[in-house]
Amino acid sequence: MKLKTLLGTGVVALSLIATPAMAHRAWIKPSTTVVSGENEWITFDAAVANGIFMPDHFALGTDAISVTSPSGKAVEKQNAQKLHYRSVFDINLTEEGTYKVEIANQSLMAFWKDADGKRQMWPGRGKTGTLAEFNSAVPKQADDLQVVESSRRIDVFVTSGEPSEASVAPSGKGLELDGKTHPNDLYTGEEISLGFLMDGEAAANTHVTIVKDGEKYRDTDDAMKLTTDASGAIAVTFDEPGMYWLEAEFEDDNAKAPAQKRRGAFVLVMEVLSL
Amino acid sequence: MEFTFRKPTGVARKALFSLAVASVALMSGASQADELKVTLPRMSVAEYHAPYVAVWLADGKNKRVKDIAVWYDMEMENAKGEKWLKDLRLWWRRSGRSADMPLDGVSGATRRPGEHSIDLGNTFADIPAGEYTLNVEAARELGGREVVSVPVTLPVTSAQHQSADGESEIEKIELTLER
Repeated sequence: MKLKTLLGTGVVALSLIATPAMAHRAWIKPSTTVVSGENEWITFDAAVANGIFMPDHFALGTDAISVTSPSGKAVEKQNAQKLHYRSVFDINLTEEGTYKVEIANQSLMAFWKDADGKRQMWPGRGKTGTLAEFNSAVPKQADDLQVVESSRRIDVFVTSGEPSEASVAPSGKGLELDGKTHPNDLYTGEEISLGFLMDGEAAANTHVTIVKDGEKYRDTDDAMKLTTDASGAIAVTFDEPGMYWLEAEFEDDNAKAPAQKRRGAFVLVMEVLSL
Repeated sequence: MEFTFRKPTGVARKALFSLAVASVALMSGASQADELKVTLPRMSVAEYHAPYVAVWLADGKNKRVKDIAVWYDMEMENAKGEKWLKDLRLWWRRSGRSADMPLDGVSGATRRPGEHSIDLGNTFADIPAGEYTLNVEAARELGGREVVSVPVTLPVTSAQHQSADGESEIEKIELTLER
């Protein structure tokens, strides 16, 4: 599906769907996704803002960002620094293959109205809600009580040498890539199938938004808006190389009690290359 | 000072097949060796670095069949010269990223501007019959990147002479195959 053909089509409709967790757009963006040589570095930005990739809102803290090497080792982030509008860090790539850089969390969330009719929310912003805490912190008889099983994930993959599979394999938790298409092997002019899983199963009807870098210099974000098919996949062809921001949002009623809804949010920064 | 920003063409791989299927056999009796001549252009730039160059044979599906030459800064300590191999981005995807550098009999030092001959003596001997493409890709520090290609029919049952001109990083390639 082409970028231009989607302009204006589902933009209004989709903006009415309740956004699960991320009102703004978050990203972890690498300086490059492909390097060669035996001892190379990649530097990253992590931020939350409205414009892709224009850090003018707040920095995404680096503490929760994990880096996994092709062989599954935890990789130390170097020179990590939280700046005003963005965080930065480097990684040193000494193994050949694909590295995963990720923030992932899962939480119970509850929304209700208290006796005075005021909206309440649990847990607080940035906190993780567990079932044990839920039982003591949330009034079960409250008005309009809504309980959501929420998962968020912000991913980016980078590769030294040949792309490898291990770090791309799905975890089975929350919304994520299904591991069938390698995120560091994306080229213009080739149809790319991207599949998504929710808790390990095909995430059908996931809403996917893709925005190309350089939004600042366009009148609109020119977002591609796609919905996954029954197998949880979208098919997309990129005409232009560059960095792309992808957000996927999933919601259904197939939640474990006490939750009534299950939501997944997933962000991926992709670099599309030309040949 | 004047800067000119060249708009990327998007069609990076121009099909520059200038089909010069000439009968080379008539040349002064002396049998010409099987060879590929690669001419790197002279540049009038303040800071010139010899380009990285990859030469490889690809099949009809663009799959690499055989690497023929990779010229890069292979003498740098700690294999530091491998850092820029990815800039040969077509070759990198088709071959380089899965190769263990240096490649025996393939890797070599970078070459200066001028004509360079690659001996293709027995290069194609073990390759199944078919239509192939010989690709030459060059990428230069502080410069650009270009791919120039010519078709090859294997096995060589009659003399083949193919040449193609580049526009920026490669001046010309010229393939000669004798029976």
